[in-house]
Amino acid sequence: MEILARQKIISDLLPKKFGWKGKIWVAVLILICMIGIFAYIRQLSSGLIVTSMRDYASWGIYISNFVFFVAISLVGSLITAVLRLTNVHWSTPLTRIAEIIAVSAITFASIIIIVDMGRPDRFYNLFLHGRLQSPIIWDVIVITTYFFISLLLLYFPLLPDFNIMLQAKKEAGNRFNKMYAFLGSFWKNTPKQKKISRRSINILSITIIPVAFAIHTVTSWLFATTYRPGWDSTNFGAYFISGAFLVGAGAVLVAMYVFRRAYELEKYITIDNFDRMGKIVVMLALVYLYFNVNEFLVPAFKMKKTDADHLLGLFTGEYSGVFWFAISTSMFLPILILINRKGRKPFPAFIAGTLVVVGSWFKRYLIVTPTLLHPFLPMHDVPESYRHYFPSWEEWAIAAGSLAGMVLIITIFARIFPIIPIQETIEETEKHEKV
Amino acid sequence: MNTNDSSRRDFIVTGLLAGATLTGCSSRHNPFDNEANTMIRPSGKMVKLLSVNGEVIEVDEAFLKPVPDLPPVSNTEARIGIPGKKFVMVIDLSRCKSVKACQTACNHAHDLNPGENWIKVYPMQDAEHTAPYWEPTTCMHCDEPPCVKVCPVDATFKREDGIVLIDSDRCIGCRFCMAACPYSTRVFNWEAPQLPKEIAEKPYSCETSVPQKIGTVGKCDFCADMTRKGELPHCVSACPNGVFFFGDMVEDTVTNGAETFRFSDLIRDKAGYRLMEDLGTKPSVYYLPPVNRNFPFENKDDQQEEKKEKIKS
Repeated sequence: MEILARQKIISDLLPKKFGWKGKIWVAVLILICMIGIFAYIRQLSSGLIVTSMRDYASWGIYISNFVFFVAISLVGSLITAVLRLTNVHWSTPLTRIAEIIAVSAITFASIIIIVDMGRPDRFYNLFLHGRLQSPIIWDVIVITTYFFISLLLLYFPLLPDFNIMLQAKKEAGNRFNKMYAFLGSFWKNTPKQKKISRRSINILSITIIPVAFAIHTVTSWLFATTYRPGWDSTNFGAYFISGAFLVGAGAVLVAMYVFRRAYELEKYITIDNFDRMGKIVVMLALVYLYFNVNEFLVPAFKMKKTDADHLLGLFTGEYSGVFWFAISTSMFLPILILINRKGRKPFPAFIAGTLVVVGSWFKRYLIVTPTLLHPFLPMHDVPESYRHYFPSWEEWAIAAGSLAGMVLIITIFARIFPIIPIQETIEETEKHEKV
Repeated sequence: MNTNDSSRRDFIVTGLLAGATLTGCSSRHNPFDNEANTMIRPSGKMVKLLSVNGEVIEVDEAFLKPVPDLPPVSNTEARIGIPGKKFVMVIDLSRCKSVKACQTACNHAHDLNPGENWIKVYPMQDAEHTAPYWEPTTCMHCDEPPCVKVCPVDATFKREDGIVLIDSDRCIGCRFCMAACPYSTRVFNWEAPQLPKEIAEKPYSCETSVPQKIGTVGKCDFCADMTRKGELPHCVSACPNGVFFFGDMVEDTVTNGAETFRFSDLIRDKAGYRLMEDLGTKPSVYYLPPVNRNFPFENKDDQQEEKKEKIKS
């Protein structure tokens, strides 16, 4: 990183107003969210009948979307905690991007799970009558914990930045000063405060790792604790976690590219950052590939009767198109692109990241639905529509609305707060100078 | 519930309510003064009741108000079950020819929406060269119920008498139980049940499973209300071929209404078995193998379904 003066860094990194592109972007996101809300109102008034879910495919894209959100949120712990604790400094400019992805994704994970409930009006029963033996209650507990730790990990490193923003308020002419003052005016940058903050961040970074593993392992147990072929697997926890790190890292690549372009952050999110993140994605894709081999090839070697229908449906049957699309876009293609040095340049890395994210979304769909349509007893004594599943427009609208909502939170966050940590960047630069 | 054969319990409950009114009212508010009871004329028929104080009191029958919508049993009672019982079902596959009278009776008794079936009658064939047979399935009322394990709010529960029930007033509609049940026995109310007003307004009872509610899960309840009355579940009494036997494992008896067997003898002599024993769910429903059959296997069902589909499209 080239050496930059403190003032230059601050003026570069302060939040900026949306340009016309930004305004259109936000308008489109809000529109998609509104359509999603409209579809949900329809669902609330007529019930889940507006979806295509029926007794066999009793979980659909809401649940696969939920798994996707939980997966993508894991990246917060990877970038902020794992890399921070291992003293990796190149990831400093990426920490806040990763953490806001985590917070917004986990928020929408909770929202989408309420959308999936038949009786959202009875949500309070989870607290009134919650039974600890149900994996759903484990999920409620760990997701809430993860949400708050992530929020704190987002908030603490912001404190010195509030201070900087308040000092620079005249230059920036910022309407958000009141909020900054409310959130961070107690921060005086004293050595004592800094020490407390550093220690808290360290403690949170350590605690978030087991909690992050827990949220996705427990999410995998929602499936693995049942008997169904395709879910009844001891591999599921590790399979989910490795996939989650992969999709999260892919999302960071995408966000890095977009923010770099939109906010002219070339000096801060460098080519070197893309190079290193690209290598991480290759490694994570290989790990995920390893767990996929375990997940599919071992049962396929035996072809137990109950597994056979499910597996053949994926390999050569009605889901084979989506299956091979998901496998190649989430693993094979990104590995092929990112394994070359040229592939780790910003634009190809962005393409690879997009492929990972899109492929992973469909991969989650394949984890949820095909299994439900291969029950132990044949599908019988039900209307014909129960035998297949293709999401209704309401389901697509709500799923798209939730994804747009997540991106909207990230966009608005970047409008209000510096998306690259200012204080930490200054410190890194000063360290650099001393060396 | 029919008021004429009003069970003793109802009578006592109503009596207790009347008793409570008696003791709970001060002289200022005497429910028996003329003002309060201008509409009611004493019939002269006196009824003996037990008051909350434990005194036997006499009240004119006319003052007893019928309580029409009182649930048959309280939720707590319905969750405990009938002490000292362990209900069990035996399904004799050699007698089934898929008449589906069981299904019709069940759907009618529980006011299920069209297309919803708690009892399914599967045409089964285990392998290419093995014999096809009909396999009716109810809820297996497992002793290790996977659905109960995963329910986050204790909406589905296992009773002392072995019956697994659903509290539709508590169910949040997460459908985890449906994913967990290997027997695909659970049915979801995707839309509002189409019920006559008087049924829809009844308070829900876990034992009758009526009325079904939108956004909640339903399933076979072993007709817990019937068993409490000492009567047979609707599927058992509806089957013209006596396929279903129902009874109590503690008494070691099962009956289909016409024939009664010692449960252990029946299972031993006819080599009874349970479905998916390897999963360890320990069902309360036993099957007798389809040997020495009463009827040949004829799958008219498929042809009919095909016709229906043609008509629909």
